[in-house]
Amino acid sequence: MNISNSKKAFLLLEDGSIYEGFAAGRIGTTTGEICFNTGMTGYQEIFTDPSYYGQVMVNTNVHIGNYGVANDDEESEDIQISGLVCRNLNSGYSRPLASESLQDYLEQNGIVCIHNIDTREIVRKVREKGAMNCIISSEEHSLDSLKDQLSNAPKMEGRELASQVSTREAYSLGNPNSDIRIAVLDFGTKRNILNCLVDRGAYLKVFPAKTDLSELVKFNPDGYFLSNGPGDPAAMEYAISTAKDVIETEKPVFGICLGHQLIALSQGISTHKMHHGHRGANHPVKNVITGKCEVTSQNHGFGISLKELQNANHVRLTHLNLNDDSVEGLELKNNPVFSVQFHPEAAPGPHDSRYLFDQFIDLIKKQKNN
Amino acid sequence: MPKNTQIKSILIIGSGPIIIGQACEFDYSGTQASRSLREEGIEVTLINSNPATIMTDKVTADHIYLLPLTVESLRQILTERHIDAVLPTMGGQTALNLAIEADQQGLWEEFDVEMIGVDVNAIELTENREKFRQHMIKLGMGVAPSYIANSFLEGKEAAQKIGFPLVIRPSYTLGGTGGGFVMHPEEFDAALRRGLTASPTHEVLVEKAVLGWKEYELELLRDNNDNVVIICTVENMDPMGIHTGDSITVAPAMTLSDTAFQRMRDAAILMMRSLGKFAGGCNVQFAVNPENEDIIAIEINPRVSRSSALASKATGYPIAKIAAKLAIGYNLDELKNQITKTTSAYFEPSLDYVIVKMPRWNFEKFYGADRTLGLQMKSVGEVMSIGRSFTEALQKACQSQENNRSGLGADKKEWIKTEDILGRLDKASDDRVYRIKDALRLGVPERTVHKLTRIDPWYISQIKDLIKLEDNLMRYNIPDEIPREFYVELKKNGYSDAQIAWIMRVDESAVTKARKNLGIKRTYKMVDTCAAEFRAETPYFYSTFDGENESIPSDKSKIVVLGSGPNRIGQGIEFDYCCVHGLLAIKEEGFESIMINCNPETVSTDFDVADKLYFEPIFWEHLEEIIDHEKPEGVIVQLGGQTALKLAEKLDKKGVKIIGTSYENMDLAEDRGRFSDLLKELGIPYPKYGTAVDADEAIKVANQVSYPVLVRPSYVLGGQRMRIVINDEELERHVLKIFKHMPDNKVLIDQFLERAKEAEIDAICDGEEVLIMGIMEHIEPAGIHSGDSSAVLPPYSLSEKAIETMIEYAKKLAFALDIRGLINIQFAIKDDHVFVIEANPRASRTTPFIAKAYEVPFLNIATKVMMGTKKLKDFKIEKKLEGYAIKVPVFSFEKFPNVDMQLGPEMKSTGEAIRFIKNLKDPFFRELDRNRSMYLTR
Repeated sequence: MNISNSKKAFLLLEDGSIYEGFAAGRIGTTTGEICFNTGMTGYQEIFTDPSYYGQVMVNTNVHIGNYGVANDDEESEDIQISGLVCRNLNSGYSRPLASESLQDYLEQNGIVCIHNIDTREIVRKVREKGAMNCIISSEEHSLDSLKDQLSNAPKMEGRELASQVSTREAYSLGNPNSDIRIAVLDFGTKRNILNCLVDRGAYLKVFPAKTDLSELVKFNPDGYFLSNGPGDPAAMEYAISTAKDVIETEKPVFGICLGHQLIALSQGISTHKMHHGHRGANHPVKNVITGKCEVTSQNHGFGISLKELQNANHVRLTHLNLNDDSVEGLELKNNPVFSVQFHPEAAPGPHDSRYLFDQFIDLIKKQKNN
Repeated sequence: MPKNTQIKSILIIGSGPIIIGQACEFDYSGTQASRSLREEGIEVTLINSNPATIMTDKVTADHIYLLPLTVESLRQILTERHIDAVLPTMGGQTALNLAIEADQQGLWEEFDVEMIGVDVNAIELTENREKFRQHMIKLGMGVAPSYIANSFLEGKEAAQKIGFPLVIRPSYTLGGTGGGFVMHPEEFDAALRRGLTASPTHEVLVEKAVLGWKEYELELLRDNNDNVVIICTVENMDPMGIHTGDSITVAPAMTLSDTAFQRMRDAAILMMRSLGKFAGGCNVQFAVNPENEDIIAIEINPRVSRSSALASKATGYPIAKIAAKLAIGYNLDELKNQITKTTSAYFEPSLDYVIVKMPRWNFEKFYGADRTLGLQMKSVGEVMSIGRSFTEALQKACQSQENNRSGLGADKKEWIKTEDILGRLDKASDDRVYRIKDALRLGVPERTVHKLTRIDPWYISQIKDLIKLEDNLMRYNIPDEIPREFYVELKKNGYSDAQIAWIMRVDESAVTKARKNLGIKRTYKMVDTCAAEFRAETPYFYSTFDGENESIPSDKSKIVVLGSGPNRIGQGIEFDYCCVHGLLAIKEEGFESIMINCNPETVSTDFDVADKLYFEPIFWEHLEEIIDHEKPEGVIVQLGGQTALKLAEKLDKKGVKIIGTSYENMDLAEDRGRFSDLLKELGIPYPKYGTAVDADEAIKVANQVSYPVLVRPSYVLGGQRMRIVINDEELERHVLKIFKHMPDNKVLIDQFLERAKEAEIDAICDGEEVLIMGIMEHIEPAGIHSGDSSAVLPPYSLSEKAIETMIEYAKKLAFALDIRGLINIQFAIKDDHVFVIEANPRASRTTPFIAKAYEVPFLNIATKVMMGTKKLKDFKIEKKLEGYAIKVPVFSFEKFPNVDMQLGPEMKSTGEAIRFIKNLKDPFFRELDRNRSMYLTR
């Protein structure tokens, strides 16, 4: 993008650092928790992933927008990030399958962006100082006022956000005649999770986050799925209790990301805010049951306690992060319940872990046959 | 699975002499592998016939065999030494082929040697075009429609079924030799014949051409547990149709959606896992239809390759090093990321920069060569550049080429005639990227450029953005008017001060001054495999114009070594060898060693060779800023060939200390006139000579000197455009040619000593003493470039007297030039009279050869002498050569079917081999000696 004629924009971090760049997307002001994603492809999938709700995204890949945006690559109906920071935002794009440029897409969706920023410097800062709030503005240039607004931005810790991105109404997907019926608790699910289940022949009913078990059982499900989503899991009393309830049905349960954390919490294993989380498409995970490794797509700022998991007699560790030995997956010893911290549905990211969906469907089939 | 403890000693096979398509990247991989295995306590034996490699050096391996790459040599090694396993995947196709041949002869079985890192059946599957195709179909992969042909008739039939355009791909050849596109039926017969002849099995694949599809390469690693990771995805800017070795390539992929990329990743993993059982590296190539993102598999190489060397430098992930560990049984999750040291080696690097690889061609060396690019690789080297945007990396790549360009255009070499330019877009040749810019500058629509080049529109729009910036720049009259913000934008897009100066039609120094006044300077970022997600300690840096600088200079005294840029004919791997030794010697003397170079094939740019690595163009503006930033004690220019030496003047002018021989004395040796005066003063004979600035003067000089004469432009590499002429007419023709291609140059005219013998001396001087490293006598008579002649160490036919005279002259010269470090002197000997032809005050092409043949660490000694930390008397030198060592040049003529194979004063060989003989009765030597005049032009 020819930046000489662009409007100026500012990015302020909670630690007091100020960066000047150029405006893109909507002209305006936005706040959120700053986080970075190291994926080199899939910016559109990242921006539309509801788990990013309330966060300002820094893409470490230096060119963003090169291949435009395409309808098929949306992971939800809206752009979910609250702002975007990047090095080079390209106005020109090239992809015959694309429908429009990223710039237009961001503008239409009202996303405030800043580019021509030393994104690597920010990543290094976040890496050292940890997650923090930030503000981007392309309209208000009084730094004092921006600082004020920044200090009023809500903290991610203790924040319940899932109900804000969850579906308002329950809806169904897939073949209604299927004999695999899955009740999906939508805390901000990515579309591709649902696709992965439907592709395996399941009939889904997707419920709003705050649906309780009594409502779910009316669908007569053969299994339950707890989706990914934004915010602090510990602040979701209602969901932790639903998780407990669905586990007690003794039907197969599968959880991804936030869903995984909720299952852990329901089993008395605590969660914590991570220093700066895992976000990208290259995180190494070892399946400690099979001994095989998988490159995974990740997006989480909270994690569960490995120590408490190891002390819980009824829970078994299934997946471990090879970089920092954090918990990536668990299963219950006495119930057909398992969950992973990473994103087997990918989109964006590698498909190494898609077998988990097969595992879930197989579990349902097996239980039905017994 | 942990390390296999049964394996205690491993044989690594090298790739032999440098040829087009198989260059020093395999020295890099072999060296990495060897070091990686030794780290594990394994005894490493190496075989390679290429003496200029660092892999065959004592610092790399335990036992070194500089032998021809034959089964007989392998047998010799196995007889002399206990070897548990052989690792044949580090030496390119040459090593693989040799290992397979030995396997077929039952050699490995006989000596109970395990082949590791490879599955022989898998190789057969990947090299046999038809088997590969069937295999892909079985996997459900898309392939282009094709037929196999073993005869001319079968080929004709295939063409009839497929239609044009089509591709001919010979089986079992290297770097696409003999292959090519056939656009029209009338070209088919000749192309088919060429293809069938090129294939050792007289077999070609006739395939539908997917011209214009996008081309990708993925570098994979797989362990014994079948875990696979993709280390790097490289996108070719040039679409299908141009050999990837001749394409400008970019990482990460710039125009690939996640959906398309993940399908490609899945396919690559599927393909690799389907190839038998082996642990190691692998390279997969795909073509993607831009319209619907359909993917077809092009080829798979189950070994370390040219692209994996590039991928290692591009990501910081040392592929060969890890592949070697996988070969001895480790799994990826048991190893650490070598850059962060804390995270896992099982992961996929993330790049927060753009790398551009640009090939370096040398067509000017091959008269009559077809410059158009196609399926057959023609480049002799490559550069890699790193930037925080595509345009920055692209322009840095141009600056790294050392072809007198200051970036992508915006210099006096721009073309201005639209018709000429459009012709060059349609048919790609070495200058296409410059022509794209020229076309866009002249207003040719981006669509048209895309239609002609089929390059993805994104790249074209990026280059168009440069044109817009240049238009903007033209609004300013003087550099001081340029606002800071705009200036930074220009620099972020890779513009050198020289380009800005050219656009503004002002002097470069004014631009630099204005820039410095605005406080605009480069910052340095780290290549860390993980986009800064984790802390890394690796001292591997590149420059950009972003805010934060990560390269913090230490308090230690530092010495910079300048590399030699891209490999070219006349300047290649031997200087990498010199640089590596220089760096190690600097460290031994307690200094911090800093390497600057832009050649991704080299060992000296491996992140753990120097204390600090700047992967930057050997281009003054970049160099100056690194020096300003690091404030080194001094700079070594003697080890990086002519490229490094050429920068001595600017360094000296800036007041930077040149380690070793002073700039003034180096210039004295390089300046023909002053050097001859010096020879005269010293009473050393030299051939009569003169210089001329035009043809008239040249004729006058030539007649004074008397024919035959040697004519050449001054200041060139490898005898470029050097000719022997015998009369006025020929002289005039050649001189005019020189001035046409190199205006503003002088021509040098030397008396040509007919039927003289040639010899050279490499020596080290510390100011008090001169150490003659070695004397090499050329087998061919004078008239053939020293790089192209076979040479024997020590002399075999020169008289005692001649040798004594040469030594005497060498010493006189070394003292007179006050050499501190290395000097190479070339002699002609006629009727026992010794003449000095030239002196090079630096490491020469033959320095590594002599060091290897005598088993003396001459480069280490020379570096310490240069630095002044040691004197020659501090070393005990024991030369260990029995008999003679012969340097044999190796050519790549098969890549240029229409080129005259005759040799002359202009160097044409791409590599060399070493051959030891016990005495002069050796049949190999006698054959060489018999043929000494065979290829002489005149």
